Amino acid sequence: MNGLNEKHKPPRDQAAIWVEDLTVAYQDKPVLWDVDLAIPKGVLMAIVGPNGAGKTTMIKAMLGLVDPVAGRVEVFGKPFREQRRLLGYVPQRTSVDWDFPTNVLDVVMMGRYGTLGWFRRPGKAEREKAMHALEKVAMDPYADRQISQLSGGQQQRVFLARALAQEAEVYLMDEPFQGVDATTERAIVDLLRELRKQGRTVVVVHHDLQTVPDYFDWVFLLNVRRIACGPVETFFTEENLRLAYGGRVAILGERKPIADDAKSL
Amino acid sequence: MNILTDINFDYTLRIVALGSAILGALSGALGAFAVLRKQSLIGDTISHAALPGIAVAFFFTGNKTTTILLIGAALSGWLATLFILGIVKATRIKLDSALGLVLSVFFGFGLVMLTFIQKRPDANQAGLEKFLFGQAATLLAADVQMMAILAGVAVLALMLLWKEFKLLSFDEDFGATQGFAMNRINLMLTTLLVVAIVLGLQTVGVVLMSAMIVAPAAAARQWTDKLSTMVLLSAVFGVAAGVSGSLLSSRIPKLPTGPTIVLCISTVVLFSIFVAPARGLLWRWLRRRRNRRQFRAEAVLLDLMDMARHHPNLEHPHAAAVLHTLNLDGRAVRNSLAELAERELVRPAGAGLWSLTQAGIAEAQQLERRFQAED
Repeated sequence: MNGLNEKHKPPRDQAAIWVEDLTVAYQDKPVLWDVDLAIPKGVLMAIVGPNGAGKTTMIKAMLGLVDPVAGRVEVFGKPFREQRRLLGYVPQRTSVDWDFPTNVLDVVMMGRYGTLGWFRRPGKAEREKAMHALEKVAMDPYADRQISQLSGGQQQRVFLARALAQEAEVYLMDEPFQGVDATTERAIVDLLRELRKQGRTVVVVHHDLQTVPDYFDWVFLLNVRRIACGPVETFFTEENLRLAYGGRVAILGERKPIADDAKSL
Repeated sequence: MNILTDINFDYTLRIVALGSAILGALSGALGAFAVLRKQSLIGDTISHAALPGIAVAFFFTGNKTTTILLIGAALSGWLATLFILGIVKATRIKLDSALGLVLSVFFGFGLVMLTFIQKRPDANQAGLEKFLFGQAATLLAADVQMMAILAGVAVLALMLLWKEFKLLSFDEDFGATQGFAMNRINLMLTTLLVVAIVLGLQTVGVVLMSAMIVAPAAAARQWTDKLSTMVLLSAVFGVAAGVSGSLLSSRIPKLPTGPTIVLCISTVVLFSIFVAPARGLLWRWLRRRRNRRQFRAEAVLLDLMDMARHHPNLEHPHAAAVLHTLNLDGRAVRNSLAELAERELVRPAGAGLWSLTQAGIAEAQQLERRFQAED
């Protein structure tokens, strides 16, 4: 393992999420292989890597949605099963059927279901929290809208609001920037920064390498194995990208330095 | 000839209608979830797979009591769902193939058992084949009572677990992150579905039962965008089909009840698909036609404007024939010009010539601005 990497690893009980020896396999091929990861509290972290690198699986494993072959995940020093309430999940927008007969407010209120527990119905308090979450993503005028009538960007913001309604400590987002309009992209970035200001930890699967230095302060490069993890300025380097993406990052190399490029925008 | 007095006086009809109503309500309500979860065909598999359960239950107990046969049906339907889930999980066979596989194997085995039992020298075996297509007339008051109790329990469970079932149907993974044991919720919903299907077997039969699961829900989805309304409406459609099917088959001789109920619900589906507001095909078709006409008229107006720009006077007339070459379809151009003339945006200048009016020029300029803004 890279010695520099180790220096940036927070102690186990101070990490928001702490992953050890995580290996996940579907069928006969490992999707994640022996991944160690320690995410410090309060960072905005991007998970980057080529297609099929296991980014989504990484998030799902941290949420307990896939069974790892080996390894374990701790959240604030305890097994994640005891800390589920602290993890807010924003799945890929395309993972659900948006023709489902329900409205925006109803979807956002699902973020309160875990706190409500079995059998109890959402009431006024849940409605208020959901409205509040909708305001944060500027979707409150759409509370009564059928979800089938939303644009892609609006769908994404509804999913974000649903996670916000949960009032989690750590947010895990799977490609929230995928196929959204400029307004939504701006809204998401503002939201990420506000969450960081509140001391929340945010982990985002991200595809657009150009914007990594601009949007995030921490980066996790992944390609089945861990390539590197740490502050963006130290670890988001051409060499690490080449390690993660193989030859495919050559085009990006010409635009070096990426970080300066993005900042000058 | 009064249907209402028939219900009052004919005891058998009353039992049948009540039984069919309960079956319609329950299969409608639970079918809504099956349809929303894209599991319509699971209902079909469960109902077909119930047949061997009925045959085996009779084979081992020699008892023809409905309760015992239906317990057999439920167990076998249940086993089928376990097989489906197991096949999908353990092999590379996809859900649709797994459904087909399990359905045909179970149903085939059921038919073999049925034939075998019927060939036995036993006076008691007659009547099992009624479960193939259903025979509502054999419903007893005790059967309907049992249906009512089970349906009551199912409705109670549905109300209690409403939020959990909604979560399961919309976003199962998110539900798991909320700390719910989603496989347990799935188990409960599937169990309720099995109960709904089994309760319908005596009336509608294993072959047609899936229609009672899918059809009311598909019809209800056309009319509403709210889950609770959809479930309720689906149940209401189920009741309506159950009752009207029973009444029809009692009035017309030799009309079997089960298939008639299915035909009734099919009529509701057809009607809903075509005329339900917003989603109805008829309205969609009319909307599309109206939009196309409007776009075509706007295109003709803009073409006229383009040509007019070549002259100092914007109201300079141009030949409709030129517009044809620009728009390919002559009849469409004629219709569009007539429509524009009606709105007083263009006027005929004789000899197949048309010119813009002042209002037409203003409208064209506004359209141009709109298209530019959208670019």
